[in-house]
Amino acid sequence: MSLELSVVALGILVLLADLWLPAERKRMLGYVAAAVLGLLFLNSFTSHCSCAGIGQSAFGGMFVQDALSVFFKRFFLLAAVLVLILAVEFSDKIAAGISEYYSLIIFALAGMLFAASANDFAMLFVSIELITVTFYVLTSFTRGKVAALESGVKYLILGALSSAFMIYGIALVWGISGKFNFSELAMVAAKFADNKVFLFGVLFILVGLGFKIAAFPFQMWTPDVYQGAPTPTTAFLAVGSKAAGFVLLLRFLFTAIPSVTAHWEKLLVVIAAVTILYGNLCALPQRNLKRLLGYSSIAHAGYLLLGVAALTCDGRAAVLYYLSGYLFTTLAAFTVIALVMRHLDSEDISGLAGLNQRSPLLAATMTLAMVSLAGIPPLAGFFGKFLLLKSVIAQGATHPAYYYLTFVALIGVVVSLYYYFGVVRAIYWSKETPDVSPITISRPMRAGIWVCIAGMLWLGLMPNTVLALANSAANVLK
Amino acid sequence: MLAAIALAFVPRNFAVIMRAAAVGVTFVTMLLGILMFWQFNGATADANGYKFVSTIPWLGAESLGIACKFGVDGLNVGLVLMGAIVAFAAACCSFEIKSREKEFYILLLTMTGGILGAFMSTDLFFFYFFHELALVPTFIMIGVWGRGEKKNYATFQITIYLSIGALLALIGLIALYLQLPADARTFDIPTLTKYFAEHTMAKSAQMFIFPLLLLGFGILVSLWPFHSWAALGYGSAPSATAMLHAGVLKKFGLYGLIRVAIPFCPEVAQSHLQLIAWLALGNVLYVGWVAMRQKNLNLLIGNSSVAHMGMIFLGIASLNLIGVTGAVVIMVAHGFLAALTFGLSGYIYNQTGTLEMNELGGLAKKLRFIGVAFVMAAMAGCGLPGFLNFVGEVSVFFGAWQVPALRTVTVLAVWGALLIGAVYMLRAVRASLHGELNEKWANLSDANLWRRLPFAILIASLLVFGFFPKLLTEKIKPVTEQIVGMAKGEGQPVARSESFGLPENPVLLDAPGGGAQF
Repeated sequence: MSLELSVVALGILVLLADLWLPAERKRMLGYVAAAVLGLLFLNSFTSHCSCAGIGQSAFGGMFVQDALSVFFKRFFLLAAVLVLILAVEFSDKIAAGISEYYSLIIFALAGMLFAASANDFAMLFVSIELITVTFYVLTSFTRGKVAALESGVKYLILGALSSAFMIYGIALVWGISGKFNFSELAMVAAKFADNKVFLFGVLFILVGLGFKIAAFPFQMWTPDVYQGAPTPTTAFLAVGSKAAGFVLLLRFLFTAIPSVTAHWEKLLVVIAAVTILYGNLCALPQRNLKRLLGYSSIAHAGYLLLGVAALTCDGRAAVLYYLSGYLFTTLAAFTVIALVMRHLDSEDISGLAGLNQRSPLLAATMTLAMVSLAGIPPLAGFFGKFLLLKSVIAQGATHPAYYYLTFVALIGVVVSLYYYFGVVRAIYWSKETPDVSPITISRPMRAGIWVCIAGMLWLGLMPNTVLALANSAANVLK
Repeated sequence: MLAAIALAFVPRNFAVIMRAAAVGVTFVTMLLGILMFWQFNGATADANGYKFVSTIPWLGAESLGIACKFGVDGLNVGLVLMGAIVAFAAACCSFEIKSREKEFYILLLTMTGGILGAFMSTDLFFFYFFHELALVPTFIMIGVWGRGEKKNYATFQITIYLSIGALLALIGLIALYLQLPADARTFDIPTLTKYFAEHTMAKSAQMFIFPLLLLGFGILVSLWPFHSWAALGYGSAPSATAMLHAGVLKKFGLYGLIRVAIPFCPEVAQSHLQLIAWLALGNVLYVGWVAMRQKNLNLLIGNSSVAHMGMIFLGIASLNLIGVTGAVVIMVAHGFLAALTFGLSGYIYNQTGTLEMNELGGLAKKLRFIGVAFVMAAMAGCGLPGFLNFVGEVSVFFGAWQVPALRTVTVLAVWGALLIGAVYMLRAVRASLHGELNEKWANLSDANLWRRLPFAILIASLLVFGFFPKLLTEKIKPVTEQIVGMAKGEGQPVARSESFGLPENPVLLDAPGGGAQF
């Protein structure tokens, strides 16, 4: 618990500091917050941290601390550090209230940390709402821009709708089973596996979670919100919010209702397949980079669902591994977008033209990110996709649908090559290079970029460490 | 020693690599490759028959049975040597690149590293990994430095075709890996070989895996009817890329078939041999016929390179010692040949700015060396004795003839290969080299010594191995024997084919048909 409490305290401190700090210093508050979170991240690997106390629980079993939650807590902390550094770079686009922006990111982080440990419907809903409500504000933070307002409203309406579905589902499940706690529910869930009302409840909860991870058919908000929101928000939404959705999904499916999940493999297979196809095909004609990444994030939700649909421990470990690679890759891509597009009105792909002359580091980062997203060795995306495909093919013997799913994923990967390479091509080989002014990158941002590059290569070439962590985390979910 | 090679093979050098550096690196690689080939007989083999085994310990994942291991045996030593020589020639031929040289050479070296890594890896995961690593630079190089109006179309076509092929093969390889019991799963090729030699895979699994591998690898090697990416892709590629891809990287699919697909799925492979043979005939006849109709020199060469793949497939389909050995020999020979022809056409293009054959003509008058080299290449392409191609093709035909079921195909293929091959090659020579010199080309200059070097090396390699095929075949034979044995089931003798042996000095033999044209 101490980790969550310190994060919340940090958020409040940042808000309070806003009262006394002179305006020109406020920008630096982001670095301070990032440094503190960085220390917390490093601390999570030492024995002082509450992360060491694996197996503990709090609030009467609502909050558990196990290998899975520790894995995700580290993930969220690292993501938040990188996003905060990015937010500092972005601060000149935010008219007023930069410290509020920082503190909202930190509060969203707190919500994600709670989500990682949620073992109860109340905790699940509260943490999801904490994340979602902060994101309502974060998406429309640049309120001068119509697009930002539009994205905020869209996110609000659809988010509220999905929350309503979820709370309704929770009520139905609770009404039938009388259990709120996942571990207790697991013991009785098998009894209700044929109860229509119970199953409707489960389905409604999945709707809510499907909205968070942007799985088909709850993906409609993604491209608009990704496009309109300030870039650091988009980055955090793509990485943190999606991962939070996945940890809750995994916990819900495999600790609360494993007996029901075991019969739903067809539903999961179909959702994964359609999500992959929808995301990749819609990304093809996009010219706006953030919108393109929005669609590609739908596709990646589909790939991640491959591992969920496999219903095996290997599959879940693959999901965790893929998410880790996705963290570095996506943050790298959004960092480049934020830095390059800062002074442009639109985020059209052509804005990348001549980037290799303006900043070779950023050009290389973007290239690596795109290659990794496309799943090409030697980067993180390839190994993650390899693990996901392996887990699905391994299940092929049990049900032929898994073979079809494999081929759908294959088509998705081939389609995605087109638009990812389109981005790379825009960087290096555009005809017109309107602007050749070099891009300055601050030192902390440079460090952040190198962390992303190192992460992509590390996960692609030396999978041992993270794979072991992912395996032990996935073993929690039986 | 091999660790050093491996390091040279995977260049991570992002400093300003200019031409000299690229040529230097590939030259060292070539020397190391030759040295390795030379010392191959002397080197001690490990328990699995691999020599120069080395491991990069920090790559891979033990828990999944993935380890970055390299090693060579008779099957790939020739391919590695060929790859190293072609890489050097390709680097020498890259003078035509005038823009963004740095990026080009980085990609070229990455591609070289990937190619050699793929052939030397004894781990299926890295076998695929390195292939993919080499493939991506190919796409980028064609898209950026390619030529012709259809460049973008060609890039997309080749990208989509080859990605699908590679991914299908990947699925097949993963499925193969999953055939092992959960606690013993590994991607290590020797271990897999041992395992599948002892436990034959279930028929249903073979039925699933072999077609996937065949289709995946087949697309990568432009097996008819999945060949249409090849000619256009090569026609649009810068010559160094075409040399490396057509010459070396493409052989990955064939290598995978021989090394993995056929020995691991023996029963289903046997039943698919007829199919492979007929598809191979499609390559030889149909694509050969297409090649005859080409007006563009590069498209002609690209199609002819696809047609040659048919011979290799035919050799594989024969599935006996002499046929498979011949297939491997053609793989090596065609590597040199493809590199040579694409390099030469690249030189001509660079000089004239066109490869339309009706605009060329009489070039031999101005470009004496290039003309001679081109004629040599054309002769090698029609399988004239003295060149390594002849050795391979003859072995393949002998091998295929021994299989009664394949005799029709063989006869057709022999005629197709010799007649069609001779026709289009000679047409190319006549149209571009002989005849009246076009006014426009009056001030062309022949290659200087430096530019001649790569072509000379390639021709020399073809001739050396052509006259002394034993250098190569003696190394290949033990491995193909093992693979053929495995594919036919243990214990069945392969002695039948040995009575034929290989012609020690092929010049003494008369070339059936093809030679008569000259």
